[in-house]
Amino acid sequence: MAEEEAGGLVFHPMDQFVVKPLFGEGAVNWYTPTNATLWMALAALAITALLVFGTRGRAIVPNRVQSIAELLYGMVHKMVEDVTGKDGLKYFPYVMTLFCFILFANFLGLLPKSFSPTSHIAVTAVLAVLVFAGVTVLGFVKNGAHFLGLFWVSSAPLALRPVLAVIELISYFVRPVSHSIRLAGNIMAGHAVIKVFAAFAAVAAIAPVSVVAITAMYGLEVLVCLIQAYVFTILTCVYLKDALHPAH
Amino acid sequence: MENLGQLGQYLGAGLACVGMAGAAMGVGNVAGNYLAGALRNPSAAASQTATLFIGMAFAEALGIFSFLVALLLLFAV
Amino acid sequence: MFSLLQQTAPVVVEESETVVITESAEAAGHGADAVAAADAAHGAAGHAASAPGMPQLDFTTFGNQIFWLLVILAVIYWVLSRIALPRIGGVLSDRQGAITGDLMAAEEFKHKAKEAEAAYDKALADARAEAGKIVAANKAEIQKELDAAIAHADAEIAARSAESEKRIGEIRASAVEDARSVAREVTAALVENFGGKPDQGLVDTTVDQRLKGVLQ
Repeated sequence: MAEEEAGGLVFHPMDQFVVKPLFGEGAVNWYTPTNATLWMALAALAITALLVFGTRGRAIVPNRVQSIAELLYGMVHKMVEDVTGKDGLKYFPYVMTLFCFILFANFLGLLPKSFSPTSHIAVTAVLAVLVFAGVTVLGFVKNGAHFLGLFWVSSAPLALRPVLAVIELISYFVRPVSHSIRLAGNIMAGHAVIKVFAAFAAVAAIAPVSVVAITAMYGLEVLVCLIQAYVFTILTCVYLKDALHPAH
Repeated sequence: MENLGQLGQYLGAGLACVGMAGAAMGVGNVAGNYLAGALRNPSAAASQTATLFIGMAFAEALGIFSFLVALLLLFAV
Repeated sequence: MFSLLQQTAPVVVEESETVVITESAEAAGHGADAVAAADAAHGAAGHAASAPGMPQLDFTTFGNQIFWLLVILAVIYWVLSRIALPRIGGVLSDRQGAITGDLMAAEEFKHKAKEAEAAYDKALADARAEAGKIVAANKAEIQKELDAAIAHADAEIAARSAESEKRIGEIRASAVEDARSVAREVTAALVENFGGKPDQGLVDTTVDQRLKGVLQ
């Protein structure tokens, strides 16, 4: 195996995801400040710095930081408006919260020695379940029983409709699963792959290849971080649209 | 006997990774068709990028599932 | 990889066992976080059974992560919905308003510029017409003066030439007279020299007859 021919290669690709208490050793209670807490809080701070302190000038002609903040705002605002329509704009703050949190947690997780909260199923599952539960409740509140029309494909032949209804129902309940695992899996996979390449760097002969590979993976990960935040957000918008306009 | 079990674990993990090939083909298919359509009608391309990403995300999610199965076999069984 | 897993496995199991002990002690102490304790016990059972390797499946940390995630999300939501988003939205709509206002002002200015241009063109055309009129008037006046001057000069010239004509006539007449008297005197002197007695009257008529063809 690898370690025999390379003389003691050590792979610990998953160690970077361990949740540890920030101060001292011991058990991780629900209130314990951990490294996950730290990096989530840093994400919140970064968001505040960009979106609040970056825009405190309220300038008509924006400076650099303010134009980045406006770019984010405009992008998410347009996404919500395009996908869900005007009546979806009521939920724009929450969608923006999701997008900013995921984006900043992803990007901060790319820093060396950092921790990615979004690589944990626990975090992404909560995000996805919040969206799923919120959308389902909203759908029933807004449309009542009419919301069930989402599963009754009226454009299909009558004989097929029960079958399709079962499929639609299953796919509806798979939504939070794929929604959460997509994000966590992408981030986890990227970080683990970089870690594996980093372990190969211990062997002098292949170290240059390994360094180049890490650089390339890092570039890909930057892209993936942005795209996953975008995808999570736009899927949220799509689910929201289903709740607001369930007509199939 | 324990080694045999581990053998199964690793074999299964490796086989699960084959599923990523399917996801790769799916994502490539989505991107390729998008590009083909965009070259035919560039004016409509910009309005469909959101659909492109949604399609890629769905295709990619299945690859991530196979990756997850591999990880579960390696570390959690 | 095999030996690696085997090396790390006991350590991790040990850790999770200590976690189990402390967690269950905690749970026994405070019934408050029963969920976390249940998670912990569940995870610990899973851990004890096999060699855990994925921190993502370490259920002892789930309660912690979920709790802090909800706290952070609430904080971000509060900051965004109360401060950041209204501010950015305000800035964007202000800018939109400013741009619209500026565009309208620009349109206004353009309109004014067009009006000014039309007025300028009109003034220019008027000035041209006026100038043409003045030029025509001047031309007519000058022509009149010129005609008068020419007529005057013609009259002058005619007068002068008549006078000259008269003087020339006088001069010619006197010259003829002179020539006649000279001729008479010469004739009388010749006759005298030839020994004749010049008859003045005869000489005069003869000379006049001879001269008639020569002079004039």
